[in-house]
Amino acid sequence: MSWMIWPDNPALSALALFLIAIPFLYAARTPIHGVIESLAGAVSSAMRLTARSLLAAARELRSRNRLVLLAQGRDEIAQTVEREFQRVTAIINRDLNGYPALQRKLLDNITHLEEDYKKAGEVPPPPPEWVKAVETMAKLKNGGDGLVEKMLKDISTSIGAVYDKVLAEYRRSCEERHGILERFIPFGRSLNETLTRVERNITGLQASAARIDAQMDNYEQIRAGSDRIDHVLYSSAVTQFVTSGLVLAIAFGGAFVNFWLIARPMSAMVGGGQYIVGDFEASHIAALVIILLEATMGLFLMECLRITHLFPRIQNLDDRMRRRLLWASFAFLLVLAGVEVALAVMRDYIVAADIALKQGLSTAPAMPVTSDWVTKIPVAGQMILGFILPFALAFVAIPLEYFVHAARNVFGALLVVALRILALVIRMVGSAVRRAGTATVLLYDAVIFLPLLAERAVLAKRNAAESGPHKSALGPRGVLQGRTGGAS
Amino acid sequence: MKRRDFMKLVALAPASAGLAACADQRSHAQAVYLLVDISGTYVQEVGKAQQVINYLLGTLNPGDSLALARVKSRSFSEKDIVAKATFAKDPIQANAQKRAFKEQTATLLQAGKTGSAYTDITGGILQAAEFLNETGAGRKTILIFSDMQEELDGKTIRDVPLNLNGIRVVALNVTKLTTDNIDPRRYLGRLESWEKRVREAGAKDWRMINNLEHLEQILQT
Repeated sequence: MSWMIWPDNPALSALALFLIAIPFLYAARTPIHGVIESLAGAVSSAMRLTARSLLAAARELRSRNRLVLLAQGRDEIAQTVEREFQRVTAIINRDLNGYPALQRKLLDNITHLEEDYKKAGEVPPPPPEWVKAVETMAKLKNGGDGLVEKMLKDISTSIGAVYDKVLAEYRRSCEERHGILERFIPFGRSLNETLTRVERNITGLQASAARIDAQMDNYEQIRAGSDRIDHVLYSSAVTQFVTSGLVLAIAFGGAFVNFWLIARPMSAMVGGGQYIVGDFEASHIAALVIILLEATMGLFLMECLRITHLFPRIQNLDDRMRRRLLWASFAFLLVLAGVEVALAVMRDYIVAADIALKQGLSTAPAMPVTSDWVTKIPVAGQMILGFILPFALAFVAIPLEYFVHAARNVFGALLVVALRILALVIRMVGSAVRRAGTATVLLYDAVIFLPLLAERAVLAKRNAAESGPHKSALGPRGVLQGRTGGAS
Repeated sequence: MKRRDFMKLVALAPASAGLAACADQRSHAQAVYLLVDISGTYVQEVGKAQQVINYLLGTLNPGDSLALARVKSRSFSEKDIVAKATFAKDPIQANAQKRAFKEQTATLLQAGKTGSAYTDITGGILQAAEFLNETGAGRKTILIFSDMQEELDGKTIRDVPLNLNGIRVVALNVTKLTTDNIDPRRYLGRLESWEKRVREAGAKDWRMINNLEHLEQILQT
């Protein structure tokens, strides 16, 4: 049965139906207004409540994120300060512990220097008594007396010999003093080196103290919960997240290469053409398990070396047990590296066999195969890679730890942002629904404008009749306003 | 295996660890049965079958099965299987088996210049279906290297229902006969009737490959 009154004229049929429906629509106006506004109000209120609870959840999450961030920052600073103190302790143990010996050495050097200095001092020889005699003799006048002349001559000869002797003695003394001064040099150098070392140590201590001071400042800010340190820690977390993510991606590439190296020869160990899950061959899964085992052993190794701190239970082990675990992890890693070397050789063998088979199947003439040292390079490279990659993979633990810690903060912050955006969107939609409800009410009235106009005219006429010459208080739009206001 | 597969494998690692104890019951192995027509004048084409055999030996993986059989006057017999092998899981052993298989196929290729009087393709298909179903392989393919012109003697009865459920059928090197050249409708009708028969028997797919340069299509599903 068709809705059209005149099947040939749909427009006229629609118009007729519309005109028929108008009285019914007018009659149902008030309840329909109520339904529309109630529905819009209900949806809008529900959305507003949802948005409010989402914002509350975002605030709660943010405060938790902040707590976690500050706790991590505190731990980080505590570790840094601890490391600095260890460094200071090491300097003190290494250098200042031997400070008495150093001081004694310094004093010895200084004493030596003083003694040598004294020895090196030029002591003028005491004036001999005969100098006065010579002076007296020199005052004698040579008056041509032969005796006096002879005497003076003899004296001159004697004095010449004595002068030579004294001069030689003086030169020997000078040489000795120069020798002493020469021995003086190493002591001086040693003194200089010792003092330089002391200065360097003191400078190192000062630098460590400055670093400790800076970290303590940060620690105090964390305790005080300042906004500045919050921003600093957050940006540091983002940086760590990005850098550790990049390093993990590189490590993932290494694992991929490693996987390719061992996946094929694994089929000789666990059998090719066997499937465990879906379309994945058993040999591929076995290769992946080996790589994951290597990564796990590397993780334990790093934990036992106390480089990473992902497992508190390992950290809390006593030193003896921890060392045992360390050696066990290392041994496993070594064995797995050995297995990879063997698989690399096996891979080369399988590839060579495959090539030989395909050459046998091919109708083209076979290329002559040379077996010089150059052909051995790929297998050697594969063996080296097979041995090195497991150990390289062990270091993944370090970026992994950073990534795990930083990811908590970064994803926490992103979740807060997402919650806020969601709350905003829900609030906007709620508001739009409320407005849409009002618009629908107005649209409804616009559709049935004819009976509304008639109603208004009738009411205006009645009001005019009741109030006589007084002007209608409702005005020309009073009816519509009154009905709309009543409905809303 | 591409990088995407590696990623999927990594994502599946925890699940696979849990499921490692229970192996996948679904067979991923492939079984191929190659029927080579040595009847009548088609025996001259047998040399080309070596190309197909070489391709299959180079392509099939450890764990897969391969059989080579003749199509002659009556072909529903194990005696017509020239060589068959299920390749070992170990790739090195599988290579050795492939070499041995190739040597065995030489007897077929050294067949005389004169072919058999009749061509029992249906018998060969029945034998092939039996062999393939026994292998339990996940993917089963019958390759028919023939002109698809069946000719039976008076005593041979081949009006039996075929059961090719889950089996792909590929016709290779379907040469045109002299009569086909006169009336191509005979050739097209022959192919059409085989396709209809094979599909009615429940075959998973029917395909014809005449250009032996594109053998990679043989195993494509």
